[in-house]
Amino acid sequence: MATPTMDKVDDAKPAAVPSPYITVTFRIRRFNPEISAEAEWQDFPIEIDPKERVLDGLHKIKWETDGTLTFRRSCAHGICGSDAMRINGKNRLACKTLIKDINPEKPITIEAIKGLTVLKDLVVDMDPFFQAYRDVMPFLITKGNEPTRERLQSAEDRERFDDTTKCILCAACTSSCPVFWNDGQYFGPAAIVNAHRFIFDSRDEGGEQRLEILNDKDGVWRCRTTFNCTDACPRGIEVTKAIQEVKRALITRRF
Amino acid sequence: MSETTTSTVGPVEGESLYDVDHPAPVIEAPRARTKKTPKSTRTNFELYGWLFMRLSGIVLVVLVLGHLLIQLVLDGGVSKIGFAFVAGRWASPFWQTWDLLMLWLAMLHGANGLRTVINDYAERPNTRFWLKNLLYTATVFTVLLGTLVIFTFDPNIR
Ligand code: HEM
Ligand code: SF4
Ligand code: FES
Repeated sequence: MATPTMDKVDDAKPAAVPSPYITVTFRIRRFNPEISAEAEWQDFPIEIDPKERVLDGLHKIKWETDGTLTFRRSCAHGICGSDAMRINGKNRLACKTLIKDINPEKPITIEAIKGLTVLKDLVVDMDPFFQAYRDVMPFLITKGNEPTRERLQSAEDRERFDDTTKCILCAACTSSCPVFWNDGQYFGPAAIVNAHRFIFDSRDEGGEQRLEILNDKDGVWRCRTTFNCTDACPRGIEVTKAIQEVKRALITRRF
Repeated sequence: MSETTTSTVGPVEGESLYDVDHPAPVIEAPRARTKKTPKSTRTNFELYGWLFMRLSGIVLVVLVLGHLLIQLVLDGGVSKIGFAFVAGRWASPFWQTWDLLMLWLAMLHGANGLRTVINDYAERPNTRFWLKNLLYTATVFTVLLGTLVIFTFDPNIR
């Protein structure tokens, strides 16, 4: 199932099976600062099997029609988090979105994720996103001597933060958040998810520091419970719930 | 919407202003986070603000809905409201307290809500500063004036 877009079978048999290919229009938001200061929509009609993914369609365009089309992807299988984009107005991974699931009758709009600086076509500057990630110290913090063997943890303790370990840092959540769209200084859901992963880890001892960081003016209190992040997350993480749990931890720490 | 499949980004009329050596500015996001962004203030101001919005909201449900019911629905609706009606109600410490509480809670709740809106939408630091200044001034003025009237109301004024 990797990328069968390239090998259209030229079937000469008379009783040929009906072709699975349909014509879909990809309406892509193009931006190239070397040509124009304005971003523009451009339509690409393509012949494709609707059971293929949006990423396959993008490949087809880039490889066969317009090599200047610029986007990120690495694994093509929903693991690396490179290809989050705004497809039909909703943040998704292009490599996990089947064309048949997003109404191929109408043009499929594809744009860069919002709230981050657009560098070219679908490529954004991820630095501010990863800055917020670094700012919550996403690594194990412990005190005292290191144990000679592994740090043990009960199954229940592991379960406590299981959901937030699934994050692939695709930025679909953060770039779906209306607070982040307008104020990029907000940490954003992804950073909070990754702080949650350590705050609720029984082996970690940096919870207090991380809570203090998220207690600040650009921290969890800017969240308005819109649930856009939960809807956007391709890993099905309950992002808004994780943010609320951090809020609750902050409040119960005070009172 | 043009159905082009050529590699140009839109129609470029005549000479383009931009090329590889002179690219256009990229499309920037508002107020991006940088290495210098985290300036920890180490206060619980935002925590208390968030709690206050919820607690004052609960009390305001009773105060505001009760207020609207009494003023606009019961006993002939708005037509009953006049100087005598207000004077009659403010003769009682109960309604004085009700209105005072409603004034303070609604003003602080509304002001804190608008502070959030300014934080959301004003991008330039200067705009943020002046809008908030205006907001705080208006809030303090209204709260003080309202409090003064509730406490110094004179039903015999001519
Ligand atoms: C009737 C009972 C009320 C309840 C239960 C209530 C509740 C709330 C809550 C919980 C929030 C925070 C929302 C968030 O953080 O996402 C909020 C925001 C807000 N409230 Fe109220 N409120 C009430 C009445 C009022 C009144 C009377 C005013 C005007 C004076 C007001 C003005 C605002 C504003 C401007 C915001 C900010 C809006 C935003 O965050 O986008 N509210 N309210
Ligand atoms: S929480 Fe989900 S949407 Fe957000 S960065 Fe992680 S995987 Fe992506
Ligand atoms: S390309 Fe790796 S997640 Fe889609």
